[in-house]
Amino acid sequence: MSEFIVVNNVSRLFGPNLSTGEKIATKLGAKVETRSVRAVSDVTFSIRKGETLGLVGESGCGKSTLGRMLAGILPPTSGTVTLDGKPLMERGIKVTTRVQTVFQDPFASLDPRMKVGETVAEGPIAHGLTTKSEARRYVGEWFERVGLDPVWGDRYPHQFSGGQRQRIAIARALAMQPDVLICDEPVASLDVSIQAQIINLFLKLTKDLELTTVFISHDLSVVQHISDRVAVMYLGRIVELGPVAEVFGMPAHPYTSALFDSVPKLVLDADELVHFDTIKGEVPSPLSPPSGCYYHPRCPLASETCQESQPIIQPVSDLRAVACHHFKAQLDIRVND
Amino acid sequence: MTNPVLSVTNLSTHFFTRDGVVKAVDGVSFDLARGEIMGLVGESGSGKTVTGFSLLGLVDAPGRIVDGSVKLNGTELTTLSEKELRTRRGREISMIFQDPIATLNPMLTIGQQMRMAIDAHERLSSRAAHARAAELLTQVGIPSAAVRLRAYPHEFSGGMRQRVAIAIALLHRPTVIVADEPTTALDVSIQAQILHQMRDLARETGTAMIWISHDLAVVSSLASKLAVMYAGRIVEQGPTANLLRDPRHPYTAGLIASLPSTAKPGTPLTQIPGATPSLLSLPPGCPFEPRCDYATSKCGTDPEITLKDSRGWRCFHPIGQNAEVPT
Repeated sequence: MSEFIVVNNVSRLFGPNLSTGEKIATKLGAKVETRSVRAVSDVTFSIRKGETLGLVGESGCGKSTLGRMLAGILPPTSGTVTLDGKPLMERGIKVTTRVQTVFQDPFASLDPRMKVGETVAEGPIAHGLTTKSEARRYVGEWFERVGLDPVWGDRYPHQFSGGQRQRIAIARALAMQPDVLICDEPVASLDVSIQAQIINLFLKLTKDLELTTVFISHDLSVVQHISDRVAVMYLGRIVELGPVAEVFGMPAHPYTSALFDSVPKLVLDADELVHFDTIKGEVPSPLSPPSGCYYHPRCPLASETCQESQPIIQPVSDLRAVACHHFKAQLDIRVND
Repeated sequence: MTNPVLSVTNLSTHFFTRDGVVKAVDGVSFDLARGEIMGLVGESGSGKTVTGFSLLGLVDAPGRIVDGSVKLNGTELTTLSEKELRTRRGREISMIFQDPIATLNPMLTIGQQMRMAIDAHERLSSRAAHARAAELLTQVGIPSAAVRLRAYPHEFSGGMRQRVAIAIALLHRPTVIVADEPTTALDVSIQAQILHQMRDLARETGTAMIWISHDLAVVSSLASKLAVMYAGRIVEQGPTANLLRDPRHPYTAGLIASLPSTAKPGTPLTQIPGATPSLLSLPPGCPFEPRCDYATSKCGTDPEITLKDSRGWRCFHPIGQNAEVPT
């Protein structure tokens, strides 16, 4: 099987920015608060060519940090990310244009003082995909592909609605002719009716252009709709990974199961109100994560083992992996349901 | 229906801007019974928040309630003075906002803020006020409430802050709470906990709620009835499950069909073409007409609301109703 993107044992720490004085002081042995947050810790997985991988989890679980490392925007503290066997970054600098990113907020990701056509043309001109004289036509073609009128290239971002801006952001990413697209919550800020338009555009483009995609979202129904496989993150770790239908249909990790039950479902069948299965408590602070399995304080299946040892991610079947001491019990619960 | 505690008739709130009149709320009517939860859904700019603000008399210039009536426990609110409104806000009707960071004062402890909210309407001893505040924090699911009263807002997580805002809204056991997207900024696991608690609180205390949301799934699991807003009007209303299962208005049907959860994975979603219209330049007639598959020449005039059984819709071509010829 062709492993296109390989993520090997990647971690990312965010520590306090020490001043020069503090740095010297630590070197000399003084105690300075250097507590750091492990936003992503020891993540290993791979993505196949042409596949869409969904990355889900609650705020602070590290999904955006992982996404930025996959996009080559943020260097990992340890571990490597490779595309086709070659590293994405060298000495902290992105060395490929084959990965492009679409961000959540199309209001913040477009320069308000540049015409949108110029914004989209900037990258392709810099990397020789088009020339200054050809740029207009080149950008126009990408505008048409994402459902915008090519003449709108002369307008400024504030003249567009949220949905249109997200189309511009997609055009900008695609005009670089990438192989991989990293999408960080691209539909989260859009209205439902516009969200459907962007999801449809996204489905069509990934298929037409044979893109490999990582789709980061907190919205499980969107991820379920467009992904081939899904990775569920909790406090910086991937707790479960596998084909969407299997993971959502029969979660092997208690967190996946509870997360899925927490999502409000559209009640269509009965005039009675649904029962919520809620996860107790809140996500612990990543500054002082619990011992053992990070999920144990909230987990209905937790035992003594879970307090002591951290489960490593292991295969459940050919395609699935889970990090849980009691995944067999969890799978049994679902069978008996 | 038994006597409604809140009765809104033909409410219209317009904003008089330099560019023209924005009819943010245009002829909205509904009733709310004791302990009932109504979901008010719509996309950005549909007027759902301005409707909520209008109920509490919180619309600022250049906006103004230009028409209609809001009756709370039989009292007309739209004609009250600001002073009279203040005696009712927080006591009879209160509001919960989307962003709890913006609603809580960062310089005061939670206890001080709750005390201020109590003092606004009641004379209680320090001890009694403290006990009341602690009781409400416990009720909304904040552990060790007495200790937490001494904490500042920044010491709470987003979910906990929203619980505090809910506790403050509940302090005087108001008749009606207007909740404006209170769980939108929260994670799903926290959202589920809060929805669960709100439903129980409404049942236990008899407080009626208007739950404003853009998320059909959230309101469908919480509210017993729904009102769908588009371009400042309620285009469809009725009992939740009934309305969602069998929508009459093409806009409601389009919204439901565009949800990823209602489609087969990987297939294109049903989409409503175009975008919501600017309220400054609303075309005459039905505002949904330019985006509607069912539109005919008849839609050039504005449809009145059709009420039938417990359902209501503003459309000349309601879905599934054409077969029934009225006699």
